[in-house]
Amino acid sequence: MRTRESTLWTWHLIAGVLILVLLGIHMFIMHLGDFFGTVEGDALAFSSVMERSRDAAFAVMYVLLLGAALYHGLYGLRTIIFELNIPEGAERVITVLFVLAGVALFLMGAYGTIAVYGARVGV
Amino acid sequence: MIEPAGPKQGEKTDEIVKNVKFKVLRFDRDTTPSPRVDSFEVPVKKGTTVLDALHYIKENLDASLSWRFSCRMGVCGSCGMFINGFPRLACNTQVLELKADVIDLKPLPNFDTIKDLVPDLAVLFEKHRSVRPFTLRKDMAEVDKPSGEFFQSTEEMERYLQFTYCIKCGLCMAACPTVATDAKYLGPQSLTQAHRYNVDTRDEGRTERKDVALGPHGAFRCHFAGACSEACPKGVDPAFAIQLMKRDAFKGSLGLLRKRKASEVAPKLTSGKRMEGVPDAPERTV
Amino acid sequence: MQDSGFRKNRLGLMGWLSGGRYGVERYAYTLHRLTGLAILVYFLLHVFVSSSRALGEGTWNTVMGYLDSPVFKVGEFLIYLAFAYHALNGIRLVATELGFFLGTPRQPVFPYSNSVKRQRPVLVVVMVVAAVIVILGGVDFLRAFPGE
Repeated sequence: MRTRESTLWTWHLIAGVLILVLLGIHMFIMHLGDFFGTVEGDALAFSSVMERSRDAAFAVMYVLLLGAALYHGLYGLRTIIFELNIPEGAERVITVLFVLAGVALFLMGAYGTIAVYGARVGV
Repeated sequence: MIEPAGPKQGEKTDEIVKNVKFKVLRFDRDTTPSPRVDSFEVPVKKGTTVLDALHYIKENLDASLSWRFSCRMGVCGSCGMFINGFPRLACNTQVLELKADVIDLKPLPNFDTIKDLVPDLAVLFEKHRSVRPFTLRKDMAEVDKPSGEFFQSTEEMERYLQFTYCIKCGLCMAACPTVATDAKYLGPQSLTQAHRYNVDTRDEGRTERKDVALGPHGAFRCHFAGACSEACPKGVDPAFAIQLMKRDAFKGSLGLLRKRKASEVAPKLTSGKRMEGVPDAPERTV
Repeated sequence: MQDSGFRKNRLGLMGWLSGGRYGVERYAYTLHRLTGLAILVYFLLHVFVSSSRALGEGTWNTVMGYLDSPVFKVGEFLIYLAFAYHALNGIRLVATELGFFLGTPRQPVFPYSNSVKRQRPVLVVVMVVAAVIVILGGVDFLRAFPGE
């Protein structure tokens, strides 16, 4: 008992919950590190960034977060656009465009994460 | 304990409490193609509704003023309009309860205006029809020529009873922010009726409704702004129906929606004796 | 098709912002959209900025240096505010759009209760939590402005 739209929306919710967890962790590291002792020193220093990037758990987390956030954000933007009375044919075009953009951005961001994880950049 | 708005025992009811200024948006495609606001002073008594005030204006001040009304008691859904920034039924709105000396009357937003305060509700009915708001069963022959009643328990009925009270007044559509921009969005009225039939155990039409009700301009373009439930004059709570429908859609997407058996025709009594003096039932007319 | 001559009366985008005197949930929805768009714009830029680590320490430090100005810090805090609201209101939306906290269908008896009124305490709770998150984050951001 499903339609394409109901499947897309279900994933929107799931992605939202995933982001809540993963982005929450990200916030703890980036902005609440001093409070909760999660990070030593400046979280934005290259050495600190690299330390996390080398960690497999962080790499997986960031890739997941990237995918979930891209899906959630682009589906949300698609929803807003669909509610603005666009012509009939444009709906299909927008969906395809967003899928392409999402995949492209995901590949770019995932490459950035995984390349650093695997390589000896900055060592 | 709600105090009734009308006069108390022995209270004089004919006294004019105050004069209220009504600012009405006028439009007529032939005589007033550019909308203008007309002001009218109306004497208001205790218990005067906006509908009464409109009658006063038409009878005494401007006979060209147009609006829809019928039952004057909040059951037909004809007199929906935008009163002081909120969609209401004119017959259900006591002027004194608005607690204002100036009352702004506009035609219902999100519908085309035919003339003055008359909205074009044709789109509402089209969207309503598109969700197939009637009992759909595999054996439609039983629905068209019933052999008996469908069995349904009180609990099963209470799952959808609230949503049957819709009077198709369109106030919810005027309140909804998505209807404000999206012309194809089904809107709270029709989505509530889709849900009303989906959970009615006599109906088996969930699959037939899903492409419309759960399509790109269906339930998922609702974002729970809740204005529809606020505006509804009959307590239908359309926002509730839509969220319940989304819950079912979520479960359906994950394959967790249990297919329920449609209610059966209640079995005819095979035993028992007619009591003394009880006459036969009249002949069937259907 | 013949033009009916009827007057178009759709509220359009103004219907998202105002449109009438409604309860707070209707405006919570508009704010949810605005914060979502803001976060999306920030996020797309963030993916590019964050990926610059792959180009080595030199590039990273240049990029970080460029972003060190007060304008960017304030902007980032605004996005943090947007995130706090969007995330907490989002929790409420996930719960209520899946039917939680809305009560059960019942016979309408005047004065009508409705699901929107019944879930309002949830809105209050999530906004309080959002406020706490904003305060905690705010303290952290203020540390970026030593002596100011």
